[in-house]
Amino acid sequence: MAQQLKQLGDSVLWTKLDSAASWARKNSLWPMPFATACCGIELMAASSSRHDLSRFGSEVMRFSPRQCDLMIVAGRVVMKMLPVLQRIWQQMSEPKWCISMGACACTGGVFDTYSVVQGIDRFIPVDMYIPGCPPRPEQLIRALLDLQDKIQNTGTVHFTEFAKRETPEGPVVFEADEIARIRNQDRMKLSLPIYNPRH
Amino acid sequence: MSCKDNLDKLLPGKSRTWTKFKDQDRVIVPAADLTETMRTLRDQCSMDMLVDVTGVDWLDYEGAKDRFEVVYCLLNVESGERLVVSVMLNEPDLEVDSMTSLYKSADWLEREVYDMFGITFKGHPNPKRLLLPELFAAFPLRKDYPVQGRGERHNFPVITRAES
Repeated sequence: MAQQLKQLGDSVLWTKLDSAASWARKNSLWPMPFATACCGIELMAASSSRHDLSRFGSEVMRFSPRQCDLMIVAGRVVMKMLPVLQRIWQQMSEPKWCISMGACACTGGVFDTYSVVQGIDRFIPVDMYIPGCPPRPEQLIRALLDLQDKIQNTGTVHFTEFAKRETPEGPVVFEADEIARIRNQDRMKLSLPIYNPRH
Repeated sequence: MSCKDNLDKLLPGKSRTWTKFKDQDRVIVPAADLTETMRTLRDQCSMDMLVDVTGVDWLDYEGAKDRFEVVYCLLNVESGERLVVSVMLNEPDLEVDSMTSLYKSADWLEREVYDMFGITFKGHPNPKRLLLPELFAAFPLRKDYPVQGRGERHNFPVITRAES
């Protein structure tokens, strides 16, 4: 037996099933572009010939969530769009990952207004964040490579690593400051003292 | 003959305030006279296009006597003459006649004014919100509404990775 194995030489590669599955997945990440604003233009630039995202295996932009592995949320998400985003995220089949691209998708950016969601990670799970307004295509490629490393290092064949992420990963939906601000609007109308959550 | 002289001749004895800004005539009419004024302008002064309907909230503005203003921008396509007609409104009576029977373009424009200011339009065929979600409870372009909202932007379920 040992002799036979030796005869096989370099024609056999030993690996773990998890590792082999992750290797296949990470090199064929098909993005679902959820582009709502100017970050979407950079996303297009990243996938076109100059920066050529297809060098890293994500050449096929699919506009159907059923055929995608990777959701790239590029741009601000308003409160009318968020239910759509959540629905598309849930329609994507496992395994799937999410990149939050740009300042608006990550934090709401400069749009600190009533209608703009202050970071998509409050409502859907996010694997990679890209800063910038808008980020350069190189940054998107960097995020993609980092995500590939993450998939290779943590991925399992039955994607059990996702089942462990039971708690929301983004900031608390209502921060203490925001609750205080909303309450104080009503208190000021009634001429009551201002409530400070830190006291 | 300009619209101003024409209107004063056709509908005499009505109270209306004329002002002028950069050669642009503007007239403020009482809410009760709006339909009659607009019909006269359309039929007899050839103001055949309603370019815009919008609202203004004059809360806490220096020298302002009324809270809300609804602004109608009219255009005579042939001569290029323009006229701005506006109506002043105060709470609790935030209602004016809908202009949809005179101008089709008023439909969405009035819905947007309702959406942002909460001014209702009597006789509108489809008085719903235009831009904001149907269940939105406030009127965000009012000056007493905070720019960051009252928590509407956070009112969604949180999806964790394990359950999606």
